[in-house]
Amino acid sequence: MDDLYRENLMDHYQHPRHHGPMAECDAEAEGQNPLCGDQVIVQVKLTDGTIEEMRFTGHGCAISQAATSMLTELVQGLTVDEAAALPSQAILDELAIPLSAMRVKCAVLGLGTLKLALHRSAGTPLPAEWGDTDEMVWS
Amino acid sequence: MTVSPLTPTDLARIRADFPILARELHGQPLAYLDSASTSQKPQQMLDAMTSFYSTSNANVHRGVYTLGVESTDAFEAARDAVAALLNAPSRREVIFTRNTTEALNLVAKTYGVQNCGPGDVIVSTVLEHHANLVPWQVLAEQTGATLRFLDIDDEGNLQLDALDAIAREGNVKLVAVTHQSNTLGVRPPVAEIVAWAHAQGAVVVLDAAQTVPNRPVDVQALDVDFLAFSGHKTLGPTGIGALWGRESLLADLQPFLTGGEMIRSVKLERTSWNALPWKFEAGTPAYAEAVGLHAAIDYLQAVGLEAIDAHEHAITDYALGRLAEVPGLRIIGPQTAAARGGVVSFVLDDVHPHDIAEILDRHAVCVRAGHHCTQPLIERLGLAATVRASFYLTTTEAEIDRLVAGLLDVRRVMGV
Ligand SMILES: Cc1ncc(COP(=O)(O)O)c(C=O)c1O
Repeated sequence: MDDLYRENLMDHYQHPRHHGPMAECDAEAEGQNPLCGDQVIVQVKLTDGTIEEMRFTGHGCAISQAATSMLTELVQGLTVDEAAALPSQAILDELAIPLSAMRVKCAVLGLGTLKLALHRSAGTPLPAEWGDTDEMVWS
Repeated sequence: MTVSPLTPTDLARIRADFPILARELHGQPLAYLDSASTSQKPQQMLDAMTSFYSTSNANVHRGVYTLGVESTDAFEAARDAVAALLNAPSRREVIFTRNTTEALNLVAKTYGVQNCGPGDVIVSTVLEHHANLVPWQVLAEQTGATLRFLDIDDEGNLQLDALDAIAREGNVKLVAVTHQSNTLGVRPPVAEIVAWAHAQGAVVVLDAAQTVPNRPVDVQALDVDFLAFSGHKTLGPTGIGALWGRESLLADLQPFLTGGEMIRSVKLERTSWNALPWKFEAGTPAYAEAVGLHAAIDYLQAVGLEAIDAHEHAITDYALGRLAEVPGLRIIGPQTAAARGGVVSFVLDDVHPHDIAEILDRHAVCVRAGHHCTQPLIERLGLAATVRASFYLTTTEAEIDRLVAGLLDVRRVMGV
C-alpha cells in the first residue's frame, strides 16, 4: 500500500506546488478525464521561449493532482520545445509507482494539458497521440 | 419480512459453490463487493455450460440430427425458465438479448420508433443508468418526441409531483423507469408510476437489471409492459439477457434486427417474419449462455429469491451501521436499509473515490468508483463520483468488516 501512495506523492497531493491561478499567462488549457472527474487547468508564463513558471488549479484523484504538481517543477526552465516534446514516461518516472492502465490516464492528464497549452500558444497542432486520447477532453 | 434471511450455515454452503471466492489477492481472501456490476458464478452454472458444450452443442433450430434437437430443446427450456422466473403469461413474451442495454434499445428501436412522433412525450428519471436514458434521448431526437425527467430529493427518492403537469401536457407514450437504482440502491414507487402511466395510455418500460438477480420479480403483479434484465448480474454468463414484453404489444411490432431465425420465409422481393418470440431473435442466439442462465435461475430458485432479498436487506442494514462508524464518511442515498436494495454509495471527506477504490484493492476489497454509468444522477447530487459497495447472496458481515477496516486505512494513507 505504502509503495502505491508513497510519501513523495502524498506530499505533492497535500501540498501542491505552483498551485492556484496566475493573473497573466502566455499559454493556458484545461484538461478533463470524464472517466473519473479529474480536472486540471494549466497556465504557463514564458520568457524568451523558456518556461518561467507553470501553475495549475483543479481537482481529482491523488495521482492526477500530484503528477501535475510534480510537472510544474519538472518543466521549470525548460524551453517550450523541450516541454512540448516531453514523453509520458517522464512523469511516470517522477511518480515512481506502479500504475494500472486506467490510472496512467490520471497521471498524464497534467502533461497532456500542458502540451495543449504550449502547442496552442505556438499555433502548432497537438501531436496525434495526445489529440486522439478519446477518454480525455481538452479545451 | 416473512422469510428468514440466510443462516451462517446457508451462507457458508453458498459461498463454497463460488470458486472465485477461494482466490486470494495481495495475500488476502477476496472480498467481492461489486455484484451490482456483475455477479460471480456458482460452479453449477459453469458446469452446465461446460457439460452442454461437451455433450450437446449444435446450432439451434435448424438441426434435424439429435444434437441439434437437444440443443434447441435446451435453449427453449431456458426460455421457459425465464418465463417462470418472471411469472410471464406466455413464453412467447420472452426475447433473448445480449443484456439489459440491448433489451432496452430493442424497445426504443421497435415500439418507440413505431409509436412515438412529434408532440408525443416520453418520461424517464434522473435515477436511470445510461442504458435506460440514452436510448430514449436518441428516440426523442429521431421521432421529434419530447423527453421529460422526473427529479429526486436529496436522498434519491423519486419525486412524482411533476406527473400532474406532464399529464396536462398530454400525449404521454412511454415511461421508462428503473426498478432499483444501481448507484443509490433506491427503489422507486413503481406501482404508482405504472398506474399513472396507464391512465395516460402510456406503456411502462422497467429496467430490472438490479432486481431480477435478488428478489421475486413478477411482471403480472408489476403490471408493466416491458421489462429488461441481464444474465451476467443474475449468476449467469455474459452475453445473454432478456426482454419481456406484453404479447399484445410485441405482436404488432416490426422486427429489431433482421436475418436468421427471425424469418419465416424469404423471397427475393419480400420476407415474412417468424412468430414470437423468434421474430426478435436474429442470427445464432447465445444458446449456450441461455443454458448457463437456466442453471443460474435454478440455483437462485433453489436458494430462494425471498431469502436472498432478506439476506441483502440484513447485510445492507449491517453495512449502513458499520459505515457510520467511519469518520468523514457520508452515505449517498437513503440512510436506512428499509428504502433500498443491497447497493451503498458513499464519499469519504474529499478523498477521490478512485483513490479509495485503489487502496481498498490492496486489501483485496473490490468496490467500484466513478459515476456508475449514471452521470446525470451524480451531477444532480452535486458530486463527481462515488464509491459503491454492493452486496449479494454471498456477502458476509466479515466482508463488510474488511471494507470498514480498509476505509480506516484509506484515512491513514490519505492523511485525513
Ligand atoms: C440499473 C441498470 N440498468 C442497466 C444496466 C446495463 O446492464 P448491461 O451492461 O448488462 O446491459 C445496468 C448494469 O450496469 C444497471 O445496473
